[in-house]
Amino acid sequence: MTTATATLTRPLPAPSPLLEIGHAGAWVPVCAPAALLPGRGVAVLLPDGEQAAVFVDRHGEAHAVGNRDPFTGAYVISRGLLGSAGAERRPFVASPLLKQRFDLATGVCLDAPDDPALALPVHPLRLR
Amino acid sequence: MEGRDLSGQAPRPTVVVVGHGMVGQRFVEELSARGVTARARVVVLAEESRPAYDRVHLTSWFGGTGAEELSLVPEGFLEEHGVELRLDDPVSAIDRAARTVTTRSGAVVGYTTLVLATGSAPFVPPLPGREADGCFVYRTLDDVAAIRDAATRARTGLVVGGGLLGLEAAGALRDLGLATHVVEFSPRLMALQVDEGGGGALRRTVEKMGLVVHTGVGGREVTVDARGAVDGVVLSDGSRVETDLVVFSAGIRPRDELARAAGLAVGARGGVAVDEHCRSSDPAVLAIGECAAASDGVVYGLVAPGYAMAATAADLVAGGEGRPFTGADTSTKLKLLGVDVASFGDAHGRTEGALDVVYADSRAGVYKKLVVGPDGTLLGGVLVGDADSYGMLRPLTGSVPPAPPEQLVLPAGLAPAAALGPAALPDDAVVCGCHHVTKGAIVAAVADEGRASVAEVRACTGAGSGCGSCVRVVGQLVDAELAAGGIAVDTGLCGCFAQTRQELFEIVASLEIASHRALLDAHGRPEARGGEGCEVCKPTVGSIIASLAPAIGADGHVLAGEQAALQDTNDHFLANLQKNGSYSVVPRVPGGEITPEKLIVIGEVARDFGLYTKITGGQRIDLFGARVDQLPSIWARLVEAGFESGHAYGKALRTVKSCVGSTWCRYGVQDSVRMAIDLELRYRGLRAPHKLKSAVSGCARECAEAMSKDFGIIATASGWDLYVGGNGGASPRHAESLARDLSDAELVRLIDRFLMFYIRTADRLERTSVWLERIGGGLAHVRDVVVHDSLGICDELEARMAAHVAAYRDEWAATLEDPEKLARFVSFVNAPGTPDPSVRFVPERDQHKPDLTVLAGPTLPVRTLEGSNPS
Ligand code: SRM
Ligand SMILES: Cc1cc2nc3c(=O)[nH]c(=O)nc-3n(C[C@H](O)[C@H](O)[C@H](O)COP(=O)(O)OP(=O)(O)OC[C@H]3O[C@@H](n4cnc5c(N)ncnc54)[C@H](O)[C@@H]3O)c2cc1C
Ligand code: SF4
Ligand code: FES
Repeated sequence: MTTATATLTRPLPAPSPLLEIGHAGAWVPVCAPAALLPGRGVAVLLPDGEQAAVFVDRHGEAHAVGNRDPFTGAYVISRGLLGSAGAERRPFVASPLLKQRFDLATGVCLDAPDDPALALPVHPLRLR
Repeated sequence: MEGRDLSGQAPRPTVVVVGHGMVGQRFVEELSARGVTARARVVVLAEESRPAYDRVHLTSWFGGTGAEELSLVPEGFLEEHGVELRLDDPVSAIDRAARTVTTRSGAVVGYTTLVLATGSAPFVPPLPGREADGCFVYRTLDDVAAIRDAATRARTGLVVGGGLLGLEAAGALRDLGLATHVVEFSPRLMALQVDEGGGGALRRTVEKMGLVVHTGVGGREVTVDARGAVDGVVLSDGSRVETDLVVFSAGIRPRDELARAAGLAVGARGGVAVDEHCRSSDPAVLAIGECAAASDGVVYGLVAPGYAMAATAADLVAGGEGRPFTGADTSTKLKLLGVDVASFGDAHGRTEGALDVVYADSRAGVYKKLVVGPDGTLLGGVLVGDADSYGMLRPLTGSVPPAPPEQLVLPAGLAPAAALGPAALPDDAVVCGCHHVTKGAIVAAVADEGRASVAEVRACTGAGSGCGSCVRVVGQLVDAELAAGGIAVDTGLCGCFAQTRQELFEIVASLEIASHRALLDAHGRPEARGGEGCEVCKPTVGSIIASLAPAIGADGHVLAGEQAALQDTNDHFLANLQKNGSYSVVPRVPGGEITPEKLIVIGEVARDFGLYTKITGGQRIDLFGARVDQLPSIWARLVEAGFESGHAYGKALRTVKSCVGSTWCRYGVQDSVRMAIDLELRYRGLRAPHKLKSAVSGCARECAEAMSKDFGIIATASGWDLYVGGNGGASPRHAESLARDLSDAELVRLIDRFLMFYIRTADRLERTSVWLERIGGGLAHVRDVVVHDSLGICDELEARMAAHVAAYRDEWAATLEDPEKLARFVSFVNAPGTPDPSVRFVPERDQHKPDLTVLAGPTLPVRTLEGSNPS
């Protein structure tokens, strides 16, 4: 899968840049990056009815993963809290329902790293 | 084995145990530990219809502890060791010459060794009418079941006997909702254990709980009504108490009837006379537990001496004389009606030349006395109302304590903390009296065997698995030993912070840091600085900032600025996340009082937005199934009708339940509804380490269940009693009395201080109940701090609460006024008008429920690594 991370350097490229998410070979508009609250996520409705969760961290780095929580089936990942763990400070999101952590770069569930069924899909992002 | 036993011809020796009570079961365990069950046949003949259970905790049955939980027989134990247990078939005779016993059903069993463990029977004084319908004793599970059954038809109960068991029974009757009387023949309660001063303190406390105490009188006659059911008791002074239920608890008598009939020697005051190895006058017959009169002539009515006798007898059966049983310590610590009572050693100062040191605070119901010898040796003591130091004092008995006795009786906050640390105990001090475990053995378990927790030490030494009164000291010893061994216990909040929540609170408060980021970068673990933090520290710091907001100059709204990014999803959307991603809405209904107009509004809102409605356990209404994008419009309607956020989503004050109280109820003595409303409005919005619940009852019948709340208030004729540290949930705990007979102003001031002290010092997600158990000095310490201001911080605590009350604003009203905050309430950032199609419902019972079959179920793997709390 393509890289999950796009660095948003500030000041942001003018004029009014738009964050886009890659899905099924196409780019879908998300929102202006300034609309994102650092440390939190938003949900994105994709054209085929799928959902993605987009987060931005305190350094302006954005990540996109699937919005469906594989443990419960509910579409809530975007409402989880962002964190970073370990010496490399790998970014993760904790599911708001039962609190499993998912690595934002790979989508892997850090509490069950060997189970691909419990990993989130990862989406590429770009600024335009 | 039915019919005639081929006694003497059996290939294997047979041990027959009569009675499967606490000691009988322990004896069988001791036999198996010595390998006896592998080589001998062991038969247990029991009178009760259930295997051995924990009689000591019999009263907890009323509180919902099931018979299963009380069982003392580990699953599969009897099968594994080939022990034959025969229930409901008591032994009716012993034939010593033939070495057989006969049971009620006629079975005859031969023995090589016979062990009597028949316990004792409650003594019922010979009053006329004592067998009437409505008279009970208090000894077995069947007894308590019968009492509960009768209590549903009774209004008043009377207990004959004001000793330890009598008071326990009285407490149970009171908790069953009966107006309760206690009749005690001696001039004071618990005459055996406590002295006059202690009895006085106990009596005051017990009376304030609504019990009527009659001392210095006995029962003369039980009177009955036309149907033969109890309707009163005439006392020895000629007065009569109307009652419809009587419990006799006037002492116990050893069950030595079988032994007497078989011609065995009995003690002067009854009990099968035994020697130091528990042999009766017939060496093939042993007796242990409450049915035995030990070699010192005493019949011990406690379980610990019984357990010691079980070990001694098992040694003998296993083939040799072991540790002789020559007598036991009758120290006791118990919690009666929420009052701690302990007595140990020479509590009555009977030793030649003994001196007393007494501390008494009759307002707080505390009485503490230590008995010391002329040379300063601690001989014993009595502790009423505050028995926290029991675990340390009892093991010191017989030695000269490390601090002067007058310091040892001071309440925890005033005494020098180090004086009573576990370091002060000598190695041979018996820390766990139930299992005879010394300090040295505990230290060795940690230092030499590598046990690293109380649970592990308990598993290998048994310490703490009896009455539990030593657990705190065992914990202190384990921690001290771990620390001494250089095993650092990482007490840090999470991977980002090495500090505890309490330490972070102090940093935030004193340096006025109102940002998680700033706190992380300056005070986080080095590797976490500059990072994002995590789902544990973010909400914790968010909560600390919210608790202190006005005092540290932060914006009081939980969604203001960076704070919005710290909150768990519930706080972030000011609603509770449900399993299918929808949210619930709970408007505040202070005290549970609500007008018809407001009820109608709730009904209309629910109907118009298609919400499922349910009355909650907290006296208000929950509206379920709202999508994120519906929340603002729902709240616009509710706010307009005068509703506010109920903070069901926050670690904050939830509800203050009330009963109808004196306004309507014929028993009420104060206006509990008004007080509940006042308190709910005062503390609404207060963010805390965990949720806070409260209730106010209008009288001691306690319909509002205040004793199960973090802070609960019960009306008295002259004011309010304040209880703290109660909890429902998975580990229920009764609240304990903090102070009594308070005026309105005194009550509010104490709650202000208590809550702020809790918020300041508790761990993350630690309810007040757990906090009270953990905090050094426990309730006594908290009382010193918040009642007696022993730390001199009460002004500060009150000021912080005053700032919170003054700064309070309804979170939802404020959110509705702020377009930036409102903008977040959309299902999709790229399609703000589109509802989330994954949130679907199916009909159920005239309403609807989430349509979500994927994976949901009881086996959901909840993550428990660093914080698993869903709300
Ligand atoms: C709605 C309600 C059940 C009901 O239908 O009656 C309820 C529902 C929830 N309870 Fe409760 N509890 C409700 C009364 C209680 C009570 C009874 C009471 O308050 O009188 C208790 C036991 C009393 C106590 O807390 O001491 C109770 C003990 C718990 C616990 C265990 C707490 C503990 O210390 O062991 C949790 C889990 C937790 O907080 O960690 C919990 C957690 C929850 C959560 C928040 C679980 C979650 O995160 O989804 C539920 C959220 C409901 C929602 O989405 O709105 N709820 N819960 C009750 C709401 C009362 C209210 O008006 O605010
Ligand atoms: C409400 C309550 C609270 C208590 N609290 C405490 C406390 O806090 N601390 C403490 O140390 N102690 C306490 N005790 C006392 C403690 O329960 C006893 O010391 C302990 O149970 C004694 O054990 P035992 O095996 O000798 O007798 P029991 O547990 O009474 O067992 C004797 C068994 O023998 C059976 N039996 C009798 N005769 C026969 C027969 N002929 N054939 C077959 N079976 C027979 C009886 O039915 C009974 O099941 C309390 C007791 C009660 C009732
Ligand atoms: S607790 Fe309240 S409702 Fe219950 S009996 Fe007392 S005053 Fe009445
Ligand atoms: S003293 Fe009773 S369990 Fe330790």
